[in-house]
Amino acid sequence: MTTVAQESHEPHEHGNEEHLAHHWDTPKQQFDAGKLGIWLFLTTEILLFSGLFCAYSVYRANHPEVFEYAHLYLNKWLGAVNTIVLIFSSLTMAWGVRAAQLGQKKLLVTLLGITLACGGVFMCVKFVEYKDKWSHGTLWAGEYHPHVLPGGVTKADVFGPGGAAAATPTLPNAPATQKAFDGPIFEGSTVARAPAGPAGLSAAWVEKESAREEHLSVRDTERPWTGPVPKNTQIFFSIYFLMTGLHGLHVLAGMAVIGWIMLRASRGEFGPKYFNPVDFVGLYWHVVDIVWIFLFPLLYLIH
Amino acid sequence: MTTITPDLAHSGGVPVSAGDNYLTHGRGIASWIFTLDHKRIGVMYLVSVLSAFFLGGIFAMVIRTQLINPNGAIFTDQAHFRYYNEMFTLHGAVMIFLVLIPGIPGALGNFVLPIMLGAKDVAFPRLNLGSYYLYVSGALLAILAIVVGGVETGWTFYTPYSVTTDVDKLGLGKHAVEFMVFGVFLLGFSSIFTGMNFIVTMHKLRPPGMTWFRMPLFLWAIYATSIIQVLATPVLGITLLLLIAERTLKVGIFNPAYGGDPVLFQHFFWFYSHPAVYIMILPAMGIMSEVIATFSRKHIFGYKFIALSSIAIAIIGFLVWGHHMFPNGQSTMLATIFSFLTMAVAIPSAIKVWNWLATMYRGSIDLKTPMCYAMGFLFLFAIGGLTGVFLGTLSVDVHLHDTYFVVAHFHYVMFGGTMMGFLAGIHYWWPKITGKMYNETLGRIGCVLVFIGFNLTFFPQFIMGSHGMPRRYATYLPEFYPYHIMSSMGAYIQLIGFLLTAAYLVHSLFKGPKAPRNPWGSATLEWVCQTPPPHDNFKTPPAVGDPYDMSMLVWDERTGGYVRDPNRQPQVEH
Repeated sequence: MTTVAQESHEPHEHGNEEHLAHHWDTPKQQFDAGKLGIWLFLTTEILLFSGLFCAYSVYRANHPEVFEYAHLYLNKWLGAVNTIVLIFSSLTMAWGVRAAQLGQKKLLVTLLGITLACGGVFMCVKFVEYKDKWSHGTLWAGEYHPHVLPGGVTKADVFGPGGAAAATPTLPNAPATQKAFDGPIFEGSTVARAPAGPAGLSAAWVEKESAREEHLSVRDTERPWTGPVPKNTQIFFSIYFLMTGLHGLHVLAGMAVIGWIMLRASRGEFGPKYFNPVDFVGLYWHVVDIVWIFLFPLLYLIH
Repeated sequence: MTTITPDLAHSGGVPVSAGDNYLTHGRGIASWIFTLDHKRIGVMYLVSVLSAFFLGGIFAMVIRTQLINPNGAIFTDQAHFRYYNEMFTLHGAVMIFLVLIPGIPGALGNFVLPIMLGAKDVAFPRLNLGSYYLYVSGALLAILAIVVGGVETGWTFYTPYSVTTDVDKLGLGKHAVEFMVFGVFLLGFSSIFTGMNFIVTMHKLRPPGMTWFRMPLFLWAIYATSIIQVLATPVLGITLLLLIAERTLKVGIFNPAYGGDPVLFQHFFWFYSHPAVYIMILPAMGIMSEVIATFSRKHIFGYKFIALSSIAIAIIGFLVWGHHMFPNGQSTMLATIFSFLTMAVAIPSAIKVWNWLATMYRGSIDLKTPMCYAMGFLFLFAIGGLTGVFLGTLSVDVHLHDTYFVVAHFHYVMFGGTMMGFLAGIHYWWPKITGKMYNETLGRIGCVLVFIGFNLTFFPQFIMGSHGMPRRYATYLPEFYPYHIMSSMGAYIQLIGFLLTAAYLVHSLFKGPKAPRNPWGSATLEWVCQTPPPHDNFKTPPAVGDPYDMSMLVWDERTGGYVRDPNRQPQVEH
C-alpha cells in the first residue's frame, strides 16, 4: 500500500515527501535501498582497483628488486602529507553527514567545503609529484627516460661536470643486456664509469647520499642503493601512474560530486528527514580514502 | 505471517479505463527517451538487443558464406583475409556484449522483475535509464570502431596483437581498437548498474508475504546473474582501461619489451569473461523454470535446489577462468585445479536439468511456442554442457583448444541455451508486453526451423573440431569441406527461421488478436496485472501465494485465457 507520509511542512528543511519516490512506501525503505545500492557500487569500485593491485602483486612477487629500487624515486613525505590530508577529509566528511542528520546547515556546508579543499590539496600535491616525475623523466614504461637516480642525483653528480656532456644516459625502451658493473650507472651507457668509491659506489654519489642523509630527519633509514640498477624499472612507474592516476580520477570525480552536494546543502535540501545523498557521497569518499591508505604503503613505503 | 485474503474480483489492481496502459501513458518520443518506467526501458532494450542480434547475424552469415569454399568464397587472398578476422571479431563482440549479456536481464528482466514482485518499479529508475543510455553509447562506439578501422583481434582482444594492431581504413587514425574497447567499457557499466538495481530491488521491494523462497525462480536466476554482474564486470573494466592505456600511453603492463606480461591480460580478461558466460545462461535457465512449469501445468520440482543451484553456479563460476588458458603456460598444478573446478561447476547446471525433467514428468504438456523453445533448450544445452566437460579435461583440451570443437561447444550453450531461452521468454511474455497474441503455428514452425538449422550448423563443427579444424581460419583443408558445407547450409536455414519469427512477431503487433490477462495459466504475479500493464503496475500490491500453484486457475473460453476459479477459495497462509 502506498502511504505518503503526512508530515507537517517544517520551515527549516524540506519535508521528506518531496524526496520520496513513487515506488517506495516509506522514507526509511528508500534510504535503506539507497544504502545497499551505494555499498554495491563501492564493491565494484574496489574490484576495479583490484586488477591493479593484482598486477602490483604479481610484478612485485616476481621482481622485488624493481620495486625496492624504483620506489626510492618517490617522495614519501609528500605521500604522507597526502595521506594525512585524505584522512582528515574523511573526518570532515563524516562529520558533515552528522551535521546533515542534525539539520545544521551552515556547519554542513562548511564541512563539505573543507572536504573539498582537502581534495584540492591532495590533487595539488599529486600535481607536484607528477611534475617532478616528468622533469626527471621517470614516467611510465613507454616514456621512461630517467636522467636522475633516486634522490635527485643527476648525472652531473655521478660523472662530474666535465663528464656530463659526454655522458649520455641511455635507457633504451628495449632491455639492454645487463652488463656487470660496479655501482649505480646508467644502463647501456658506454661512457667511462665514475671513479669507484667505498662499497663499489661512485665516490661522488656516496658523498651526495651521505650529505642527503644528514639533512633528512632521523626517521629516514633508507639504505642508499648499493647494487646494480635493476632491469625493467619502468614497470614500477607504469604501475605507479596507473594506480595513482586511477585513484586521482576518482578523487576528482568525488570532488565534483561533493561540490554538487554542497550546492544542494546550501539550498537547504538536507535535514534529519532526508540526508541520503550526503550519507552516500560520504561513503564513496571514505572508499576513495581507503584505497589511498593501501596505495601509500604499497608504493611509497617499500622495504 | 499474516493471513492474506486476496480480493478475487480485483486481484491485481482496480479496473482502469480500457486502453490506458504503459504504452499509452504519455505520448511522443520524449516520453520514451526520458522515461523512468521500467517497462518502457525494457521495451527499448528489447528493440535494441534484437537489432544487435540481426547485426551480429549478418556477420555470421558472412563467415558462413566465406567458408563455403575451402579457399574462401568472399575473401580470397592474403590481402583480404584481414576482413574475415574482422567478421569473426565483430560477430563475437556484438553477440556477446550487445545481445547475450544485456539481453535477457535488460529486455525481459527489466520488464518482468518489478511486476513479478508486485512492485511499482525497480529500486533506482533513473539508474535504469542510465544503464540503457550506457548500452546505446557503448553500441554506437562499437559501430564507430567498425567504421573507423575495423577490429580484427578476436573478441578476446588478446595482447600483444591488440596492442600493436593499427588497422586504419579511412585514414581517420588508428584508434578502432580503442573505440571498441571503450565501447565495451561503457557496456560493462551498463551491466553493473543493471545488476545493482536488480539486487536492491529484490532485497527491498518484495511485497509482504513474499519471502525469498516464495519468489519465482526467474527472479532467483536474475539475482544470481546480478551478483556476477556486480562482482565480475569491474575486473573487465580495469582490464579494458589497461588495454587502452597500453595502446595510447604505452604503459607496458602487458608488453614484454617493457617488462610486462601478455598472459596477465588473459588472466584479467577471463576472470571476467568466464563469469560472463554465467551472466548469459542463468537468466535463460530462469525462464526455463517458468516456462516448463507453466506448460506442464505442474508445480516446479525441486524449487530450493533450482534456486540455490543458481547461486552455486554464480560462486563456482568465479573459480574456473583458467580453463580458457590450459595450453598457455600455466603450471600443471594450477591447470589441474581449474580442471577440477570446471567439473564442479557443471553439477548445479545438471541439477537444474534434472529438476526440469522431473517437473515435466506426469505433467500436462502443452507444446506452445515457448515450450517448443524450452524443449530445444533442454536438448541443446545438455549437449553444450556435456561437451564443456570434454574441454575441461586437460588431456583432451590439448587437442581441442582453439578448434571448431570449442566453437561448437559455446554456440550450443550460448545459442542453444541463452538464445533459445531468450526466444522462449520473448514468446512467453509477448502477450503481457504487447497485449497481442502471435500466431502459434508460425511460432512453432519458426522454432523448428531454427532448431534444425542450428543443429545442422554446429553439430558438424564438433566433428571437424575433433579432427583438427582450427577456429578463426579463413580457409581450410579440403578434407573439412563436407562439414563446412553442412554448417553453412544450416546457417541459411536459421536465417529463414529468424526472418519468419521476426515477420510474425511484427505482424502480431498490428494484426494480432488481443491477449487475455493470463493466456498461459501461470500463477506468477505478472499475469495478475492487466495486459498490457498500466503505468504503475498495481494500484494495490497483489496477493502473494505460491508462484507455481496453478491449481486455482481455470481456462475461461470467453477471454481465451486463464482466470481464478470463482468456485474455489484460496489457500489461507499462516
